[in-house]
Amino acid sequence: MNPDLVAVTALVSIALFVVGLKRLARIRTARSGNALMAGGMLLAVVLTLVEQGGIDWRWIVGGLGVGAAVGVVVVVRAQATQMPEIVARFNGYGGAASALVALSLFWAAVVESSSATSALDALGPVAALTGVLSVVIGVTTLSGSVLAELKLRGTVGDGRIPVRSLVMGAALVGALALGVLSVTTSDVLTAELGLAGLVVASLLVGVVLVVPIGGADMPVVISLLNSFSGLAAAAAGFALADPLLIIVGTIVGAAGLILTQIMCVAMNRSLLNVMIGGFGGDVAADTSDYVSITSSDAEEAAMVMEIAERVVIVPGYGLAQARAQTAAYDVAKALQALDIDVRFAIHPVAGRMPGHMNVVLAEAEVPYELLYEMDQINQDLPQTDVVVVVGANDVVNPAANTQPSSPIAGMPILDVATARRVFVIKRSLSPGYAGIKNELFDLPNTTMLFGDAKEVLDQLAVELQQVAKR
Amino acid sequence: MGEVLVSLYLFVIAGFLGFELINKVPPTLHTPLMSGANAMSGITIVGALTLATVADARVSVLLGAAAIALATINVVGGFLVTDRMLATFRTRR
Repeated sequence: MNPDLVAVTALVSIALFVVGLKRLARIRTARSGNALMAGGMLLAVVLTLVEQGGIDWRWIVGGLGVGAAVGVVVVVRAQATQMPEIVARFNGYGGAASALVALSLFWAAVVESSSATSALDALGPVAALTGVLSVVIGVTTLSGSVLAELKLRGTVGDGRIPVRSLVMGAALVGALALGVLSVTTSDVLTAELGLAGLVVASLLVGVVLVVPIGGADMPVVISLLNSFSGLAAAAAGFALADPLLIIVGTIVGAAGLILTQIMCVAMNRSLLNVMIGGFGGDVAADTSDYVSITSSDAEEAAMVMEIAERVVIVPGYGLAQARAQTAAYDVAKALQALDIDVRFAIHPVAGRMPGHMNVVLAEAEVPYELLYEMDQINQDLPQTDVVVVVGANDVVNPAANTQPSSPIAGMPILDVATARRVFVIKRSLSPGYAGIKNELFDLPNTTMLFGDAKEVLDQLAVELQQVAKR
Repeated sequence: MGEVLVSLYLFVIAGFLGFELINKVPPTLHTPLMSGANAMSGITIVGALTLATVADARVSVLLGAAAIALATINVVGGFLVTDRMLATFRTRR
């Protein structure tokens, strides 16, 4: 095939990606944007296959067939509630694919080469070093994303790693050192062992990165991993000197970083601060006991809500975990049937991934016109009769505004304490990820509804529906 | 201008482009955007396709074939899952 034609076709593919991504960022055009991007990808793949010409197709066809079948089956079989987990998993596969590309390149250049040269000599210094980066970033993306998926499923909880920053630093430096070793050596066995060590150390980096992260920090890490999957592809692009990979991978990397930045701003913290690990540290956290907790049940809550004019529901990770989104919408519909104005207030880092609550509620077919961002709804909360907090904690803690010494001081919150009555649906009084007491629970206008979010909301919906029938 | 320098130019300019494209995204689209961008990172499949071009089952070819399979899952599954999510946003209005 004419090389100029190849280059022009690749350019068309890039244009499709750029226009597609632009459209994906607006609600009305998002679906067509996604389709344009898929078209760009199809064009790129077909172009590469045509360009290859007379080769043996068995492995390629096998890989494409298996991959396409698995991809389709996973998505078709997934329940609507599992979407966030699947996004996390695919993210890991993308990173792993880029790492495998670089590993394959090294293997061919050193282990399978008949001449005793190092990868550095065979591929050139830039390709060798960016190849190492591709493995480090790609494998980190894989292990981090798999762990994130397990956390989203609830299989794995948040853990603690002693001297985490030290372990992380050691694993990262170790991975890079092993990478440099394996591309500079001309000894086959050393290169093989070095590459294996590089993969293991990079797996460790991803695990150490994600294990202790939870709560509002989780969306930051997930969008960072998303950025990594793009950067791994860009690094593989440098190693192969392929402009298509460099451009598209870098766009993904930059877009992921923007999202990471948005998440950090939503918590008023720096990325470094999040990465170094958790809230707290040297700040004295208020862990004193609660003094005046009031608790009640769904029946009483329904009696308060039926005479309200305006109700706001605040969902958090607990709602997703209890798969309570449909129950929450049932409550909203029962309230609407009583001519009560009901809205959902979404904190930017509620849940475990960027936009988690929006997706979860969309699955329950909650119209997105009912969803309000923090900045839009905070001013309306003082005129709100009842706020129902479902499985959210740190993002509604007034300590962020009132206690300058609190670990979450300065974090923008949904100021639900200003509403007339607040009901908090929660399993227990255990603290959120920040590990601090939530002053909201102690306020006189707050009533706790202890229990599983789905059960409590179901009861609430039944009670409200009965009111409507009377 | 050498090949490496061209790569560097592309990297820097594409970085700026990515930042410009994703400004002020409504929170509703954060997850689908991540999902779609991630499917896009499966572009590495183009690299993988150039690696598994011979029949013999050498390690490098097997690694390449594995890369093709994983990248294809990422691409096909990624665009499908994004579409499925976006469909739930579009049932009204």
